[in-house]
This record gives sequence, structure tokens and C-alpha cells, in this order.
Amino acid sequence: MTAATRAEIEAAVITILAAQLLLPVSDVAPDARLDDLGLDSLGKVEAIFALEERFAISIPFNANEPDLPEFDFATVPGIVDGVAGLIAAR
Amino acid sequence: MRRVVITGIGTVNALAKDVPGTFAALTEGRSGIGPLGFRDADRLTIRIGAEVRDWDPAAHLPAANLPLYDPVTQYALVAGAEAVAMAGLPFGLGARGGVILGTAAGGISTWEDSYRAVFAEGRNRVSPLVVPRLMHNAPASHLSIAHGLQGPVFAVSSACASANQAMGLALQQIRSGAADVMLTGGAEAMLCFGGVKAWEGLRVLAPDMCRPFSLGRKGMVIGDGAGVLVFEEESHARARGATVLAEVAGFAMTADARDIVAPDPDGAAAAMRGALADAGLSPADIGHINAHGTGTLANDRSESLAIVRVFGDHAPPVSSTKAAHGHGIGATGAFEAIACILALSRGILPPTLGFQAPDPECRVDLVHGVARGARVNAVISNAFAFGGLNAVLVLRQA
Repeated sequence: MTAATRAEIEAAVITILAAQLLLPVSDVAPDARLDDLGLDSLGKVEAIFALEERFAISIPFNANEPDLPEFDFATVPGIVDGVAGLIAAR
Repeated sequence: MRRVVITGIGTVNALAKDVPGTFAALTEGRSGIGPLGFRDADRLTIRIGAEVRDWDPAAHLPAANLPLYDPVTQYALVAGAEAVAMAGLPFGLGARGGVILGTAAGGISTWEDSYRAVFAEGRNRVSPLVVPRLMHNAPASHLSIAHGLQGPVFAVSSACASANQAMGLALQQIRSGAADVMLTGGAEAMLCFGGVKAWEGLRVLAPDMCRPFSLGRKGMVIGDGAGVLVFEEESHARARGATVLAEVAGFAMTADARDIVAPDPDGAAAAMRGALADAGLSPADIGHINAHGTGTLANDRSESLAIVRVFGDHAPPVSSTKAAHGHGIGATGAFEAIACILALSRGILPPTLGFQAPDPECRVDLVHGVARGARVNAVISNAFAFGGLNAVLVLRQA
């Protein structure tokens, strides 16, 4: 399979977050912060699961270490970078 | 009111397959956490747990009965036999005796084995004993059969509060006069591929070690086993000359009614206050807290806050024994009640293992490193569960 482009990853991240937030995709800006969007802890682990399934990657996220993220889950661009890195390392 | 005392305890867990071994490990600060050894553990992200290692059920139980027993029942029966022997309980109390046992996952490896057979291996039939093995009341019912107890017998399933709620209900059965003796506690055998795989998704399991109330913690570590306690109406115990280990002085349970997984310190504090009130004690009477202390960020901070709200700045020393026996889920309250007996009977507050550095958001007097000696007259044991459930026991010198 050809590598996903950054635009494709960003679109997928926004679609998955919007689905968890029950928002239209137009309400999730490409530079949005997750705290501002109001994603709770269960929504976060469900979004991570959806990204893992979508891109066949394993995201190293531990809910007990939010301040020491091996994967920056704080912003949409951070998630896109993280997913792109994991795809490249696949 | 009828007073309830504890006359026997028994356990099988990752530390030892009996109480003396468990007391020694808790006192010496040994951990039962290690690499997982079950089938397909290499396909997991989280590969540690507090397993009951070198478990040979045929060494403890009649071979003819083994096809009926999921590991959760095996652990309960072996722990129950130790508790009944310690109590010197006569067989056949009939309707005056019962069993209330907690379990969260029941016979989960029986589900796993039978699903594997039909879905993965394409077989068209499973063992005819699947249903009686996996039902949540199997451990309680087999204990009733083994010891001739024909009164109230049932399972309590409320995730990590199961055993504490079971013990609270057992206390209430005896107080109300519905029974004179209750076997109670909890049993769990969730350390199988499907059990750990399910937990992994929540991202709350630690890959390295359980470190309750410590900076550097990465979450909880699951443990298997059972703890069974003999609760007995006091005059019934005294009349037959039984050795009394402690009094079950109080119990309370509350529900947060807020979030299905996130803990609420208000609910935890209300349960602690309620248990103290039920025991007729004030916070200053409590000499030790066996915390729920899972080693997750969410629990440890919420629980610390709740302890400070109830006990103020002079809260008694706190231990979490979960880094020793693991988080026994539906059995954990029973392991921790047994650790409370160690504190009451021998004046030993077991250390919280895995500690690295104090968390400024957990302002409790944590017993860590080595055990602390202290004469304590009364202790509380906390259990908080997914589902927003809080269950607190008060035990004291009898």
C-alpha cells in the first residue's frame, strides 16, 4: 500500500475526532487543541483505537502519563505528526 | 446490634498459596508481579501481572471434581479451606451459614477456551460443563457445597468493589440475623489472553511495575487469586471457643452517579465517612488505611484528596498492597482485608512497593520501602470501582 499523504492523515484524524465528539468535521479545525474540543478520557482512548485500526499502527499512549507523552495527543497537528511518524516506521 | 467478628482467613495469590506465606511476603516487601506466562502472552502489549505461579489444582482439590472448576473456583475453594480450618468451623451449619463472594470476571478463561474452540479452531461443540464453570456464582456455590452452608449464597459483581461489597453484605446478613456464619471475600482469575487484551485498550495498565501514589507510576497491574474470610456472630464464635482475629466494625457503600470510569473524590469520601459512622468511630480512631491505591493517576489523586477531606492533615499512615499481590479486581478487597488483619494482629503496616518519589498531588503519609510497626486499634480498607462504586470496611481489635 502506498504511504498515506499528510493531507489524508489529517483528514482521517479530523474524521475520527469529530465522530467521537459528535460534531461535524467542519467543527474540528486542523490546528485544534483536544482540551478545547472537550474530548474526555474514554473518547481519547476510543479515538486512539480508531487511528490504530485505520492505519495499522500501535500508538504508545498511557493514560497515567499525560505529562510525559511518547505520543503528543494534545493537538490535531501533534496527532497527525505522531501518526505519520508511526506509519513511516511501520 | 449483633457484633460480627472474623475467625478465619485464607488466600491464594501471587505472593503465596496461604496466609502465612502472604503475611511473610507483605512484611518483607516482596512483590508477586512478574512476566506473564499464559498462552499467547507474547501477543500482548502489557506482559506483566501477579499470576498464581506453579498452580497445580490437583495438589489441592479432588481430581474427580476438577472438570467442574474454572481457576476462579479453584482459588476460592483452596482459600476457603484454609479459612474454615483456621476458624475450626464445624461442617454443616445448614441454613445458619452462607457464602457471599465477589468476582468481576467469573470464569473468564472458560469463556475464552470455549470461544477459541468454536471460533478459532472451527469445532462444533464445547464441554458440557461450560455453563456451570463460568457462572459468577460458581465459586460461592462450590464453597457452600464443600462446607455444608445452606443459607444465603450468592455472588457480588461490581468490578473492583466486588469483594468489599460482598463482605459488607455478609456483615449485614449476620447483623440482621439471617445467618450466624458467612464465608466471604472474593476470587478472580482474569489473567488470560482475553482478560488482559480487554484491559489494554483502556491504556491504564503499567508495562513495568505498579507504583501506587508515586511519581513515575504508569498504571495498575492485574493480579489473580482469592481471599476468603470467615465472618461470625460474636457470641457464636465465643461459645465455641474460636480465636477471634478482628471485629468487622463498619461498612458503607456509595455510588458517584457521575462518570462510568473516572473516580469522584466526593463519593469516596462519603463512603469512608459512612463506614466510620456505621462503626461508631471518628477519624481519629483509625490507625491505618489500606488504600485502593491502584497506581493509576486518576485513582491515586482522587483517593488522596478524599482521605484528606475525611481525615484532615493528620490522616493515619496509608499503604497500598497492590504492588505486592497485584490488583485482584473482584478479589482485591479480600486480599486487602487480610493485609489489614496483619496490621491489627501483628502491628505491621505493609510497605507500598514500587515507590520512586512523592507525588505532590498525593498528600498522604505513605508507608513505602519497608514495613512500619504501629499498634493500631482500627483500620479502614477502601475499594473503588469502575461504575463509580465506593465500598469501605472498618476493622478493629476485637
